[in-house]
Amino acid sequence: MGGTIRIDAAEMDYTALNRQIRSAAASGATEVVLDHVLGQRFIADGLRGTVRLIINGVAGGDLGMFMSGPTCIVHGNAEHAPGNTMNGGVIVIHGSAGDAVAHSMRGGKVLVRDDIGYRGGIHMKEYYDKTPVLMVGGNARAYLGEYMAGGLIVVFGLGGGAAVTERGIGSGIHGGEIYIRGPVEDRLLGVGARKLPVGDAERKRIAPFVQEFASHFDMDAKELLAGDFTRIGPASSRPFASKYTWE
Amino acid sequence: MTIGSTPPRYRVSIDRDQCMLCERCVEECPYGVFRRNGERMSVNSRQCTACHRCIAMCPRDAINLEEQPVDYRSHPVWTRKVREAIYNQARTGRIILAGMGNAGDYPVIFDRLVLDACQVTNPAIDPLREPMELRTYLGKKPSRLEIRNGGGDDVELVTELTPNLQLETPLMIAHMSYGAISLNAQLSLARAAAATGTFMGTGEGGLHQAIYPYQDRMIVQVASGRFGVDINYLERGAAIEIKIGQGAKPGIGGHLPGEKVCEDVSCTRMIPVGSDAISPAPHHDIYSIEDLKQLVRSLKEATEWKKPVFVKIAAVHNSAAIAAGIARSSADAVVVDGFRGGTGAAPRVFRDHVGIPIEAAIASVDEKLRQQGIRNQVSLVASGGIRESADVAKAIALGADAVYIGTAALVAMGCRVCGTCYRGLCPWGIATQREDLTARLDPDVESEHVANLIQAWTLELSELMGAAGINSIESLRGNRDRLRGYLLDEGILRVLDVKPVGA
Amino acid sequence: MCGIIGVIDRGRKEMDGTQIRRALAQMNERGSGEGAGYAVYGCYPEYRDCYALHVFFDNIHENKKEVDDLLEQWGRIVHEGQIPTYDQPNLRKIHAPWRYFFKPDRSLMSWSPSPEDDIVTHLVMRINTDHRGALVISSGKNMGVFKASGWPEEVADFYRIQDYRGYLWLGHNRYPTNTPGWWGGAHPFNLLGWSVVHNGEITSYGTNQRFIRSYGYHCTMFTDTEVVAYLIDLLVRKHGLPEKMAVRALAPPFWDEIDAMGERERKLNTAIRLTYGPALMNGPFAIVVANPTMMMGFTDRIKLRPLVAGECGDRLYISSEEAAIRRMEPGVERTWMPRAGEPVIGRVNG
Repeated sequence: MGGTIRIDAAEMDYTALNRQIRSAAASGATEVVLDHVLGQRFIADGLRGTVRLIINGVAGGDLGMFMSGPTCIVHGNAEHAPGNTMNGGVIVIHGSAGDAVAHSMRGGKVLVRDDIGYRGGIHMKEYYDKTPVLMVGGNARAYLGEYMAGGLIVVFGLGGGAAVTERGIGSGIHGGEIYIRGPVEDRLLGVGARKLPVGDAERKRIAPFVQEFASHFDMDAKELLAGDFTRIGPASSRPFASKYTWE
Repeated sequence: MTIGSTPPRYRVSIDRDQCMLCERCVEECPYGVFRRNGERMSVNSRQCTACHRCIAMCPRDAINLEEQPVDYRSHPVWTRKVREAIYNQARTGRIILAGMGNAGDYPVIFDRLVLDACQVTNPAIDPLREPMELRTYLGKKPSRLEIRNGGGDDVELVTELTPNLQLETPLMIAHMSYGAISLNAQLSLARAAAATGTFMGTGEGGLHQAIYPYQDRMIVQVASGRFGVDINYLERGAAIEIKIGQGAKPGIGGHLPGEKVCEDVSCTRMIPVGSDAISPAPHHDIYSIEDLKQLVRSLKEATEWKKPVFVKIAAVHNSAAIAAGIARSSADAVVVDGFRGGTGAAPRVFRDHVGIPIEAAIASVDEKLRQQGIRNQVSLVASGGIRESADVAKAIALGADAVYIGTAALVAMGCRVCGTCYRGLCPWGIATQREDLTARLDPDVESEHVANLIQAWTLELSELMGAAGINSIESLRGNRDRLRGYLLDEGILRVLDVKPVGA
Repeated sequence: MCGIIGVIDRGRKEMDGTQIRRALAQMNERGSGEGAGYAVYGCYPEYRDCYALHVFFDNIHENKKEVDDLLEQWGRIVHEGQIPTYDQPNLRKIHAPWRYFFKPDRSLMSWSPSPEDDIVTHLVMRINTDHRGALVISSGKNMGVFKASGWPEEVADFYRIQDYRGYLWLGHNRYPTNTPGWWGGAHPFNLLGWSVVHNGEITSYGTNQRFIRSYGYHCTMFTDTEVVAYLIDLLVRKHGLPEKMAVRALAPPFWDEIDAMGERERKLNTAIRLTYGPALMNGPFAIVVANPTMMMGFTDRIKLRPLVAGECGDRLYISSEEAAIRRMEPGVERTWMPRAGEPVIGRVNG
């Protein structure tokens, strides 16, 4: 019981790879190291338990989709939608990730050291004790937090320049909140999104997440928390209520 | 200047000689039409939705209902419908939402198709005496089998089959979510599906614990909002259905208003109580056909390739090509939902004007898949406007493997197609979450009604097949030879690949 | 209502057409005088390596050149000529029967694993769908189909069928419901080595022909029998199923029977029904199918048409009526009625 199992993923297709991961986890391994990963999709798809996957290489699309519990640490970039419809667990990406990161995520955390693409955190939602968290060290592209219904997004913008310079932030947001370090131009806010004040209570609320983020990437949490944040949330919980009338 | 009020849609009247002032109507009507006023019942017709609950429950048959008691000046172009829509929008400036399926005045193609029967040249089959097979498998079929022939009787199957759903009758109950309908309604449908050896869809509402005993009969839906979707949910279902679109409102998303998200609904959808459940128009991980393939495969991978994955699209102009793309995505079935598909609420302009009828969609999808040699890759499920067993037979003869019934199953539980589902006050306990109303629907009774309906249609389908000299549903499927078009134009006949009557 | 018969000599000993003509005439009650035909295997030993294409031309001077040109595009005509016919008082000669002995050029379809067969199939489909006054009625090697509109004896005498010799014969006496009087509608139907005679009406024709169309077969004869030849060609030649399994696909056991089988059998039969559901032939039928090495008879799975088999030495007989068999071979040793959906198969030795 316990211990590490190594899997050489070179040339292996994702179904075979996932089968080996499942059987390693079932055999009681606490850590599974995947070497030579190169674009295999669906790693840890639907995986339960608490196993820790170390993924060396480029993780393909939908990393940790439907995942419920495990931890995935990627040494490399991830393609689109890591954390898609994820239920619980942690994805740590020592690199960047593609579009639709954390799409529809309901629980767990996706921590990206560098940048993410378009529509990060789209339709994230929360439920009782489940609050999904997406944190991005670098920059995020347009439509960040679109349709967001719950959870927390933090973007630090460490890559230089403003953290988010593209439009549609929180478009259709009706729950949850987005923190962006530094100022955000008003014109970038989407329909139904508005800026909210940031006080001590808010800083306190995000502090533990920032600490966790910093510890993964060997950063200084204090430094990350210093400076101004822009907080963005829903203008109303019914963004489109005034669109309809009954026959 | 004021627009003024529009004339009442219905007039409710009470036969005072019959009425015994029992006030049953007051109890039964959630819309507040009736009130006891001293020694007589008074009526507010404007509140009436023609749900017929009062009429069905009045012990003395004392209630009468008249539709459109006040006429506008008649005009073939400026109909009552368009005039009233304009008054409404002039007042509100909003999009009009409406319930149930397409109310446009389009001819029903099913009603212009006739079925065949045997005379002399081959015998009709009596399904009560002779074997009659309606068993249907939904899922991928190999394009060919590989069999190792060891000589003599020693033959061995080399090809591995992928999982299929086994239906005892080619009709299933359509996706209607818990939230859109009540738990009692869903439970009744689930029991009926289990009793008749078929399946039903969960809709995008998750799976309530009360349904777990029937989970083997549930097709769990994954829609753009991903409500209620987690690995447990996926594993519970017999199959998974990705909903891309629906016939009642192609191209737009869904919206369960926060006030319908009660404790239990919140629980199955996995969202907070009172929060809006917004399903975006597209899946945001699908912007292209190859993304669909990725979602299909992610679902298969999550469930270790044990579950068939269906993909449902609304019937639109290019359905055939879209279905061909879906067939290549490793999906196991394509569900095509025609423009008569029902819904709790849809923008009226979509409901009545977007999409195409299911008959034409099945015909063109089936034909395209065959042209491309990939018909075996997917099953084809037709839905949207299936009203009777003849529609089922015709849909299958046009090329469908099975059909979904939605509205018909609700009607079996008492629904009067009043089209007021969106009010959330359904007096039949179907499209409501209000406890006193849902309590009116007894799952023991209604599950039997729905099962009866499925059984009756199955019997009629057997009879129709027997008359055509067919004893296995496979031989009806795509057998357009056994259909003829009656007063359909040449263009439609070409699309359907059906000859006219007499030919 | 039709009458069918087939005979195979497992030792390849040849028979002339005299007996099958008599056997078919025995079943005239089952026909209407509007179609009869014979298929004979082993009749062209001198051209055994060529495809013998039997073609009905509406007239030679107008329609033949196009077919000649098409054949020459795809290979070589080794020999050709009119099929000899002899006028019969009640048989109106509406076509000119012609035969080509044809060798396709393999290099023109080199990507195919069976280029010659595929070229000939293509040519048959092409000529028959164009409807330009030419109809290929048989296309196998060292075999031929002879058919016309008339009673079996008349058609036999028209071609002098008694002058042909072969080790395998099929015969058909037709009572048409779909295309009376049309020579193309008479049986046997043939494609490459496959010939079919059929009694009954296939209620699943629409399903079957749409299934087969996606594999490149086009039904051109306006009748349900031709689809059988194509289905068998697909299942046996292209998909490599043993004949018995092909019949299992066409006339499968019922689901409740499959459910009661042992696991291995159940899996096999389920797979066959799932994969080849559209090939299932419904409605009443009795069919005899042949190719150069075997003959096989089977009925629909609820046995709505009659079929009798008989044996005499090396010879296997299959027919609609026992009497027809006995007419052909009075010394038949045993006869039996095959079970519904269970094929009776006779193969040549070696």
